[in-house]
Amino acid sequence: MLAIDIISTMFLAAGTFIMITGTVGLLKFPDFYTRIHATGKCDTLGQIMIIVGCMIYEGFTFITIKLLLVTAFYLLAGPASTHALMKAAYVTGVPVWKKGDKRM
Amino acid sequence: MEMTEMKDENRKFKIVLTFCVMFIFWLLLSAWTVYLPEPYDFSKVSRGVLVALIVTFLTYEIFVPCRGKDVLLKTQRFIPYVGWELWQIYLATVDVAKRVYGILEVEPEVIEFDTTLRSDFALVTFANSITLTPGTVTIDISDPERGRFIVHAIAKGPADSLTVDQTMQKKVGYVFMEE
Repeated sequence: MLAIDIISTMFLAAGTFIMITGTVGLLKFPDFYTRIHATGKCDTLGQIMIIVGCMIYEGFTFITIKLLLVTAFYLLAGPASTHALMKAAYVTGVPVWKKGDKRM
Repeated sequence: MEMTEMKDENRKFKIVLTFCVMFIFWLLLSAWTVYLPEPYDFSKVSRGVLVALIVTFLTYEIFVPCRGKDVLLKTQRFIPYVGWELWQIYLATVDVAKRVYGILEVEPEVIEFDTTLRSDFALVTFANSITLTPGTVTIDISDPERGRFIVHAIAKGPADSLTVDQTMQKKVGYVFMEE
């Protein structure tokens, strides 16, 4: 039981760290597009890590299947929402930051 | 006469497929966790069948718009691709983390390129894959007829991997047989 606790905690901690990295990127990066990069990518892996941690903690039941389905839908919906934000920004003409420009 | 028979055949196929998917989904989500400890009871399962039937008749035209070709072969090729994609997600996060903590540079640029992909499924898969792989995010599919993509890359390296190496185009093209 202890081993399972330790492994699942490690997964949860890794997931949380990745999420925090995404948030730091959101605050640090210079413009809208790069900020979306940080959150869009880190959220996917962070979410997978946290859900894997939950799966290991729960053991194999039918809840595992539900968690797997959540992951699968996230892999479809995450990029789609990122893409929607990017397209909206691009169409309305949010400027793209180039190296050497001022932070936006 | 033959046309209507074909149509009926297609319709039957759509309804059966949608019903199977809906019912299996219902079993996975609600039946087992709630009813498994009790003895088998048909009235409970029949509720699932009823709901699945209602959903089937409301949605089968949208759920299965047309009968695809070589579905089994494509599925067989798609599964290893998902594994590769998960590995790419890991690489993407490491890449972004390096840029967040200042180990790698941030030099964004917007690139445009054509691909050989045409079908909806292939375009969606490729657009999602671009977003999940290191350093690139899809902005738009500006011309689906020519498979033209607009992509925002966070640095020169990731942009080159799409326009020069074209590993992912080839992989998606292989999966959907649209090379």
